[in-house]
Amino acid sequence: MAAVNLQASCSSGLATGDDANVGSQNGEAERLERPPRRQQQRNNYGSSNQDQPDAAILAVPNVVMREPGGQRPSRLTAGGGGPGGPPPNELEEEQGLKYGAQHVIKLFVPVSLCMLVVVATINSISFYNSTDVYLLYTPFHEKSPEPSVKFWNALANSLILMSVVVVMTILLIVLYKKRCYRIIHGWLILSSFMLLFIFTYLYLEELLRAYNIPMDYPTALLIMWNFGVVGMMSIHWQGPLRLQQGYLIFVAALMALVFIKYLPEWTAWAVLAAISIWDLIAVLSPRGPLRILVETAQERNEQIFPALIYSSTVVYALVGTVTPQQSQATASSSPSSSNSTTTTRATQNSLASPEAAAVSGSRSGNSHPRQNQRDDGSVLATEGMPLVTFKSNLRGNAEAAGFTQEWSANLSERVARRQIEVQSTQSGNAQRSNEYRTVTAPDQNHPDGQEERGIKLGLGDFIFYSVLVGKASSYGDWTTTIACFVAILIGLCLTLLLLAIWRKALPALPISITFGLIFCFATSAVVKPFMEDLSAKQVFI
Amino acid sequence: MTLPEFFGCTFIAFGPPFALFVFTIANDPVRIIILIAAAFFWLLSLLISSLWYAIIPLKDFIAFGVVFSVFFQEGFRYIIYRILRSTEQGLHAVAEDTRVTDNKHILAYVSGLGFGIISGMFALVNVLADMSGPGTMGLKSGTELFFVTSAAQALSIILLHTFWSVIFFNAFDTNNYLHIAYVVGSHLFVSLITLLNANELYTATLLINYIVTIFTGVLAFRVAGGTARSFRKFITCQ
Repeated sequence: MAAVNLQASCSSGLATGDDANVGSQNGEAERLERPPRRQQQRNNYGSSNQDQPDAAILAVPNVVMREPGGQRPSRLTAGGGGPGGPPPNELEEEQGLKYGAQHVIKLFVPVSLCMLVVVATINSISFYNSTDVYLLYTPFHEKSPEPSVKFWNALANSLILMSVVVVMTILLIVLYKKRCYRIIHGWLILSSFMLLFIFTYLYLEELLRAYNIPMDYPTALLIMWNFGVVGMMSIHWQGPLRLQQGYLIFVAALMALVFIKYLPEWTAWAVLAAISIWDLIAVLSPRGPLRILVETAQERNEQIFPALIYSSTVVYALVGTVTPQQSQATASSSPSSSNSTTTTRATQNSLASPEAAAVSGSRSGNSHPRQNQRDDGSVLATEGMPLVTFKSNLRGNAEAAGFTQEWSANLSERVARRQIEVQSTQSGNAQRSNEYRTVTAPDQNHPDGQEERGIKLGLGDFIFYSVLVGKASSYGDWTTTIACFVAILIGLCLTLLLLAIWRKALPALPISITFGLIFCFATSAVVKPFMEDLSAKQVFI
Repeated sequence: MTLPEFFGCTFIAFGPPFALFVFTIANDPVRIIILIAAAFFWLLSLLISSLWYAIIPLKDFIAFGVVFSVFFQEGFRYIIYRILRSTEQGLHAVAEDTRVTDNKHILAYVSGLGFGIISGMFALVNVLADMSGPGTMGLKSGTELFFVTSAAQALSIILLHTFWSVIFFNAFDTNNYLHIAYVVGSHLFVSLITLLNANELYTATLLINYIVTIFTGVLAFRVAGGTARSFRKFITCQ
């Protein structure tokens, strides 16, 4: 249970035509993954520490843990034979659920924050409330008063938008398959650059205008420069986790505002419905693009690009114990790793100070691909076990196994993808306040392989949840907004619950969005008149 | 004046529930999830009562909608009771803090608070939004007590829902039909009493509702195992 992986990513491409901003695509797929049970359990709960490293590794494909030489043997054994003896499934499930509950909350908070930003903006800045300029992708502007015409416009718009998304997703897959990491990263960086500078500038301008605050250009430029550069650094390079989370939430909120602002009304609803269906298809169908992406990434043992995922905790812990030389060797040896930023980062960290890297658990931890391990000859033997296990797991669980890592690919698609990934990690770190802490292995004085489990939620989830809530609040009825909010959170809960039950990759968007849409329309159409009658007469039910 | 009034009414209605949430719910993920699930069930009950209200041709008689709404709410309270009881074992396994399942009243309290908070929000949130707007004291030459009484009424409803759930869950556990009848009956009574608010009989409605609230609170306290002695101990911090 240790590792519950929920990954969702959504791909949607959108470029703002007029504003010329964003070419983004979001692939949405959410996957929930559960690592092999036994090991997980052992990791997290098992008091036997030796096994822990193994378990962690197994559980989280992405995270590579290195242990001091002494431990390796144990790992091997554990991994290969599963000597530890499989704990009863029930236990695992319970624990999975237990951690699941914490993960759910860790997702609730950022999702709620993102929605809060969007709703507050919608209600205070009228700029985002009206659509006067349109995206290139939505050529039909719903100007006609006829509902039937509007309906066709919305349908056509959303079809166009969705086909852009599909094309972008496929393009991404191709790029990823061809290992064009530079292009993907360039794409990511470009899009986050535009969000952090251009869109933020627009946002600032409207904010100042709404509150009638004068500001001179030098000041504005200074603010923008600092804000943007810090954001780029913390998203693409490294920075405090909180800062990164904050930026990711802000970026998602900004993107959601862009959708709300530039999509015609009916189109926005149609897109929400379409994107959740696309999410379903892309993740669950055997040839779904997102699934292919995930599996490819998994095969390569690569991590997700940090730019596009929100990681709830310190997910990654990194592997501290690696000696500098080892890490160097790894880095150099693995061809792909050189390309991937994450890997590089990890290496840097470990080089600088192995322990520090581990403790800091910066994203570098994330990036630790298993590749390192593979390449590393010494590690190889040990590694083999987990890998094998993992693969077998894949077959066994069908989809479930693969999803953890894949997302990196998705990331390249801009904002829209979201992933939830829960990784089971071992945490040696007592310092972290996370509740997830696992028992630290006695041997490891330093948290070596410590990782904590966290959830990664693709920004796409944030965006579309926020679009739904923001759109609902733009009608000025707070009960609708609250109903949507509750419905989305419940959808998220259900998705995680299903994940825990089925242990297979699931798209998270469909349930939430479906609930949200139902409650939004039902509330504004049916409940609102009733509640207005009641509150006007001060009748409480 | 609008802004102070907005904050004042907000804190009247949601201050105590917020404090309850922060001190008793927020630290436990399982409780937060149950709270939100309870809120969701209340939304479902409201949806059904609204559908009922929209379909039947008696829109002019709001009392009719109120009565059925109360029954739907209690029905959903029963549903959530069934669900929580049937998942209790799972919860026990899942909950980090096993008090959630060791003490059955905690589940009842949490779900009741979820019911109450969402109910209070739905009743008040649009009023609050109007309140913050430009100068709306005394809507349509109405009384200027409108907002304050609404907020106070919402608070009593939130607290009542919490108490009701505690009593209700325990009543089903112990087959105490008297308590079940009391919950449904007092809910009906309180809701129907608020119909008098339309006539601005605030003194009567508020007084009666708060008496019912206090009485229900005492009953819930006793149901949960509290006694005068334990209350005294609590007050004196022993």
